Amino acid sequence: MTGKQKKVLYRIIISAVLLLAGIGITHFVKLSVWIQLVMFLVPYLIIGYDILRKAALGIAHGRAFDENFLMAVASLGSMCIGVKNGGDFAEGVAVMLFYQIGELFQSCAVGKSRKSIAALMDIRPDFANIEGEHGLEQVDPEEVATGSVIVVQPGERIPIDGIILEGDSTLNTSALTGESLPKEVVPGDEVISGCVNIRGLLKIKTTKEFGESTVSKILDLVENSSMKKSRSENFITRFAKIYTPVVCGLALLLAVFPPLIRLFLHLPPNWSVWIISALSFLVVSCPCALVISIPLSFFGGIGGASARGILVKGSNYLEALSKVKYMVFDKTGTLTKGVFQVVELCPAEAGREEELLYYAAYAENYSTHPIGRSIREAYGKELDSHLLSQVEELGGHGVKACVNGIAVAAGNEKLMDELGVAYEKPEKLGTVVYVAVDRQYAGYILISDVVKEHSKEAIRGLKEAGVKRTIMLTGDGKQVAETIAKELDIDEVYGQLLPVDKVERVETLLAERKEKEKLAFVGDGVNDAPVLSRADVGIAMGALGSDAAIEAADVVLMDDDPLKIALAMKISRKTLFIAYENIVFALLVKGICLILIPFRLINMWIAILADVGVMVLAVLNAARALHTKKL
Amino acid sequence: MKKTYKIEVDCANCALEMEEAAKKVAGVEDATVSFMTQKMKIEFQEGTQESAVMNAVLAACRKAEPDCQIFL
Repeated sequence: MTGKQKKVLYRIIISAVLLLAGIGITHFVKLSVWIQLVMFLVPYLIIGYDILRKAALGIAHGRAFDENFLMAVASLGSMCIGVKNGGDFAEGVAVMLFYQIGELFQSCAVGKSRKSIAALMDIRPDFANIEGEHGLEQVDPEEVATGSVIVVQPGERIPIDGIILEGDSTLNTSALTGESLPKEVVPGDEVISGCVNIRGLLKIKTTKEFGESTVSKILDLVENSSMKKSRSENFITRFAKIYTPVVCGLALLLAVFPPLIRLFLHLPPNWSVWIISALSFLVVSCPCALVISIPLSFFGGIGGASARGILVKGSNYLEALSKVKYMVFDKTGTLTKGVFQVVELCPAEAGREEELLYYAAYAENYSTHPIGRSIREAYGKELDSHLLSQVEELGGHGVKACVNGIAVAAGNEKLMDELGVAYEKPEKLGTVVYVAVDRQYAGYILISDVVKEHSKEAIRGLKEAGVKRTIMLTGDGKQVAETIAKELDIDEVYGQLLPVDKVERVETLLAERKEKEKLAFVGDGVNDAPVLSRADVGIAMGALGSDAAIEAADVVLMDDDPLKIALAMKISRKTLFIAYENIVFALLVKGICLILIPFRLINMWIAILADVGVMVLAVLNAARALHTKKL
Repeated sequence: MKKTYKIEVDCANCALEMEEAAKKVAGVEDATVSFMTQKMKIEFQEGTQESAVMNAVLAACRKAEPDCQIFL
């Protein structure tokens, strides 16, 4: 509880005690109206002075009709009726008291959710260790120049992006990605700020300034996610603008009309009874349950999502996510890993896979091409470069080399044709490296971009989450694209697209869809910034370290797991569901009370309880949006 | 020029109202209020004086939400 909240709590306790004392005394002793008024005015002012002040300020600033105004009018009105009827001021004090209890409760709940979200996102490193003359010195990360060497001890957070010079360790990236998958690092590896060093001591040479480091970028994004209002929130604001004056008008009618009719019918007008009804009407009508709980649900939804490594830039995007019917994917880096990997070894003679890979790996020993690298990775053993001689890179063809005295050639069809070696073409798609050993065809190695483990599951998850059409766009050849689409159960696929074509494709889809169906584009941020910004919801994945993607996207997935897309949609749906629940619940309870009041079935005590109760329940319900573990 | 200020505000809706109010102040190019981090970021227009603009921003926010605080 903050100081402010504690103060309110003390005021509540004091005025509650004074109110009870007042009720007790007036019950047993007959006092004059004015002494009673003073007795109740003390707790009333203690509990309500700030509300009265705010209400007065609101009127002065031309912003009447807010909850402070409603409460002030209702309680003051009740006090005036008390004077006229010669007693019973308890009601007016109780109105203020209950209202403040509700407010305090609400403010504590909101403060708690706010803190738990802030704690989840608290990844700001406080210091960086620099080796100085007297051992390690702690300095402000902002003062560390690019290229300095920093030391990160076990348990500490890496403050600045850099490359490891010394030490190996395990890093915990959960603060960034929401997944507690440990990552092993060794000297030479690039590390990003925000990860926690779990075991070894690391010496890191910084490659960026603090302000340019990943952790700063993420914090910037989180802190500046503009508070773009969602449609539900806008609805509430617009609603409150019309609703409050209308309710005040109705209350006035309720206060004046029935007594006038009674007068007309030669009955006693009962002014005070009807005025009290009108005041109860005002109390119930207060829209604060909605005004407070709807933004809180979105706020909780966004916070809960960021704890899972999903950064949403505004509540409008969170809302739009739940309405996505068209999900357009970029292929490379989104559904596939975007790295080459050996997927098949096919030796000319069966059973000699190991030998094929051995020769190919040696031949590609010096190759920097991703294909050569993937072959060496598949071989996996240390290469002895002494065995290698006469290495000759043939640009656009492949490589020739002498391995342990045997001539080896590894490359494409052109190279084989040139050498006059007969080869067999594989049926499967991908990049093929043919290998000839001692001028004899030894077999081929099939290399291809591999589909991410979770891609298929992710597409299924999206279908379950209500996506109507899944579409894949890629620059790759049609056949490759179609094979992958089939494997992943993607509905439509368009291959051989240039970045410009992708924008056009998305434009066409945007023109096809209905007004309420949203289109989302998922990309890895490499050359698809224009598409990301064109789609209703642009989702960038694997965004750690890619500034362009963070800029252009509306939703940023910190890691590159496609399952997170469906998770984001689920969080969005849950949030919206909570918001709608609150709207329906609050309006229903208030509607019923408003109908019952003119029939005098509800007195002001019940009215205030209904109002505060609805607010507290709505706020508690809204706080649920924060929890994203069970969806 | 951009600057970030620490603020104190009690509810998400009040933060929105502060943001709206701050945006309308002369000399403010853009304003964002983060309820979660309790921070206000103001982008000033060229050639404006920060302290004068911020006093106006504080006044405007107070008008929208009497309970708010901006630590200048």
